[in-house]
Amino acid sequence: MKVLRFILRKEFRQIFRDKTILAMMFAMPTIQLIILPLAMNFDVKHVKVAVVDNDHSSYSRQLIAKVGASGYFRIVAAMPSVREAMQYIEREQADVVLEIPPAFEQQLIREGKQRIGVSVDAINGTKAALGGSYLVTVIGDFNRQITVNSTADPAAANTIAITFSNWYNPLAEYRFYIVPAILVLLLTLIGGFLTALNIVREKEAGTIEQINVTPIRKWEFILGKLIPFWVVGITVFTLGLAVAWGVYGIWPVGSFALLYTFAAAYLLAVLGFGLLVSTYTDNQLQAMFVAFFFMMIFMLMSGLFTAVESMPAWARAIAHCTPVTHFVKVVRMIVLKGSTFADVQYEFYILVFFALALNGWAILNYRKTS
Amino acid sequence: MKQLLVFIRKEFYHVFRDRRTLLIMFGLPVAQIVLFGFALTSEVKNISLIIIDQARDVNSQELTGKIKSSAYFITDESVTDYNDIEKAFKQGTARCALIIPAGFGNDLLHGGSAPVQILTDGSDPNTAKTVVNYLTSIMTGYQQELSKTPPLRYLIQPELRMLYNEEGNGSLNFIPGVMALVLMIVCTALTSVSVVREKELGTMEILLVSPFRPLLVLVAKAIPYLVLSLANFLLILFLSVFVLDVTVKGSILLLVAESMLFITTCLSFGLMISNTTNSQQTALLLSMMGMMLPTMIFTGFMFPLENMPVPFQVISNIVPARWYFLIIKAVMLKGLGFGYVWKETLVLTGMMLATLGIALKNFKTRLS
Amino acid sequence: MAEKVIECRELTKQFGDFIAVNKISFDVMKGEIFGFLGANGAGKTTAMRILCGLSYPSSGTAAVAGFDVYKQQESIKRNIGYMSQKFSLYENLTVTENIEFFGGVYGLPMQEIRRRSNDLIRTLGLTAEAKKLVGALPLGWKQKLAFSVAIFHRPRIVFLDEPTGGVDPVTRRQFWDMIYEAAASGITIFVTTHYMDEAEYCNRVTVMVDGKVEALDTPARLKQQYQADNMDEVFYRLARGAKRSAD
Repeated sequence: MKVLRFILRKEFRQIFRDKTILAMMFAMPTIQLIILPLAMNFDVKHVKVAVVDNDHSSYSRQLIAKVGASGYFRIVAAMPSVREAMQYIEREQADVVLEIPPAFEQQLIREGKQRIGVSVDAINGTKAALGGSYLVTVIGDFNRQITVNSTADPAAANTIAITFSNWYNPLAEYRFYIVPAILVLLLTLIGGFLTALNIVREKEAGTIEQINVTPIRKWEFILGKLIPFWVVGITVFTLGLAVAWGVYGIWPVGSFALLYTFAAAYLLAVLGFGLLVSTYTDNQLQAMFVAFFFMMIFMLMSGLFTAVESMPAWARAIAHCTPVTHFVKVVRMIVLKGSTFADVQYEFYILVFFALALNGWAILNYRKTS
Repeated sequence: MKQLLVFIRKEFYHVFRDRRTLLIMFGLPVAQIVLFGFALTSEVKNISLIIIDQARDVNSQELTGKIKSSAYFITDESVTDYNDIEKAFKQGTARCALIIPAGFGNDLLHGGSAPVQILTDGSDPNTAKTVVNYLTSIMTGYQQELSKTPPLRYLIQPELRMLYNEEGNGSLNFIPGVMALVLMIVCTALTSVSVVREKELGTMEILLVSPFRPLLVLVAKAIPYLVLSLANFLLILFLSVFVLDVTVKGSILLLVAESMLFITTCLSFGLMISNTTNSQQTALLLSMMGMMLPTMIFTGFMFPLENMPVPFQVISNIVPARWYFLIIKAVMLKGLGFGYVWKETLVLTGMMLATLGIALKNFKTRLS
Repeated sequence: MAEKVIECRELTKQFGDFIAVNKISFDVMKGEIFGFLGANGAGKTTAMRILCGLSYPSSGTAAVAGFDVYKQQESIKRNIGYMSQKFSLYENLTVTENIEFFGGVYGLPMQEIRRRSNDLIRTLGLTAEAKKLVGALPLGWKQKLAFSVAIFHRPRIVFLDEPTGGVDPVTRRQFWDMIYEAAASGITIFVTTHYMDEAEYCNRVTVMVDGKVEALDTPARLKQQYQADNMDEVFYRLARGAKRSAD
């Protein structure tokens, strides 16, 4: 235990000596947390429409006006021909081309039926599907509207009156979803990368030899590396919570003690992962790439950007094998819903398991004698 | 010239000796293509839904039957108490709940309007919104079925055409994104380390006293990474075509040329970072941690750029990946020619020259 | 008969097909300055790493300070000091911080560390530099400091791997004075070198060629045996038959 104190003193000194790294450790996550959530918005609003009206009738104008007024679309151009309108799509200035054929109104009144052309830039699947379905809805409304206008008795329909409420986030704002996620992400990156680089750095500098020839115990050495970054991580976490509150007005609904308990366990797991990478690699570039590779996978699978439930079964299985998934889930639960320990205890045991397994593995794989 | 070749060969040795880094370098795009292609979907599925049917009449059962048969939901009817919904939300076992009050059928058939209530866990707003949309459309369908309204007198039928993507291949949008992201990260990190490592190990001094011009040293450092990145690009292209069934619509030659330009830009970025930092650790943290999220977000392939606040849309202009993303989309997926992307190409060229200039200038000052 | 602190029998280390150390046997006595000579790639460092408990041998036996190199590496480590070829103190820590850290790792109490550290800095004449980062010191100082740190916890044996590489003759001379002083205080010195004039300072030397011990005796007797005027010539006669080139 006494030896550990000396190791810790040395590690802390080294961390605080490098001012650039120190600034990066604290400033980079803070700045990114302030900026990024503003940029991450999944809402598709304002699908850009280029219209080609070959009819110029009262109905065609009404229809175009209705599309424009629906709130989903922004009409960016009215072009005389489809060929010209297509140029807007090619230049990414429009997402949809709406084409009203000649004699649209005449035929609609005479035959009761008419087709109009809707061409969607389908490269962005989500946007295409949404834009298409919004347009179908608007046109459906228009159908009903002109039918109602021209018939005498409006059908008294039996309607289901739907009311809905979004709990914990009444306006369904993304910041509530994104901010905790980004916080987790930054914590993961900081913890994982810094520790991954740490032991490897000693390997490259040759100082690890000097350590290996001392009677230092393996767990003392690993713990000596772990604790300082754990402190850094908890500080970053606290800074992050402050930003979430100060900038985004998110104050955890649940208990702080629970939140910090989880953060503590999670950090141990992430740092253990970094150390493990560090014991397997020979130089910093390698360590960074290996760490990055796994972080990338963890991040994409963790439910940070897309819901885990929607993934195919095999991907869900992988997602459950990464600590990030569980921590993201729990932070959202505690911060937004005020879940209690009883609600999230399963996740806690999983995180503790990861922390023990990864650190144990790192200690086992760190060899003083090769 | 011969000296340059010797130099380039030395750099190649460095790169190829490190098998693990090489493996990761090519493993990264493979993993991303698999994940984006098969695992990640913006579609929302398998949502756990609690149904509390207090009416238990013919109509309510018809309605819940329809919901249960939908592929979007996994329904749970074991919860009967309103208060248990909150518990389920807090434990994360349910995402939403539908409450059909007593007298539903009666209200619907005779009262003209029957209230139902949807509760969602708003901590995931995307899912919450989607749930409301799904349920609304199921209920609207049921209601129309029930009311047997006469067919509309006027019917405009939209004829939907999916441009560039008739099969509805969901992978199209992210492929240029993955290309941009992988190339950016790999190129920048590798080059940024290559110079700093020599500084750390003290071998830089040997290079500096050699009769090479600084430009030559930089070129020699960059060329192996250029070659590797190009191979990386071709790998992604190959995987897109053969694993994800994407058809390359435009000219491959133009695609390769534009990618070379982008890779060179990233390499210049890396050189700039390495010339302004003093340790591998700083260089790596800057080029990977500092660049990863901004590149992911400001490229516009995950989050639509036009939704961002205006200052961010302005910021996104300085992210090279953004321009490359536009170019690849136009050339590869839309089959457009150089005439359509010359502006983006010009911007990238400008960025490349500027960063290379700064890198070179710093390198020279170090010399004197 | 003096006490044996290192006993080495048929010690072998193999990396794949390559036999780095081939059945070497020797004893080192307490208080001795034991020179370990050989060309680059002769296997000196590999042998030394085994004795320090940094590397497992492939076969043979060896005991350092009475502890087995297969099973009791950690006990060995408590009794030795080590100074590697490559400077390996922390460049971004100060002189005192480095001393304090390594002293602490060997379990010395803080007051003891302070006391010895002050003495050390004074004798090294580093008082002005005590608060400077080690990375900023000139090479000669770094080497002297590294040696002092290696014997700071008063080990029974200290292993020095080419300690004077790249150091000027005056500093080398001072360095050897330090070695003598340490030996006089009872520390056994195990030193590798390829400076043959330094070999003359040793009590006994072994010459390694291609992983084998080719000669082992006092410098005087070796010169006599090979009818040479100096160790340089002895070394040249033994090593010219070497098949391994420098690495």
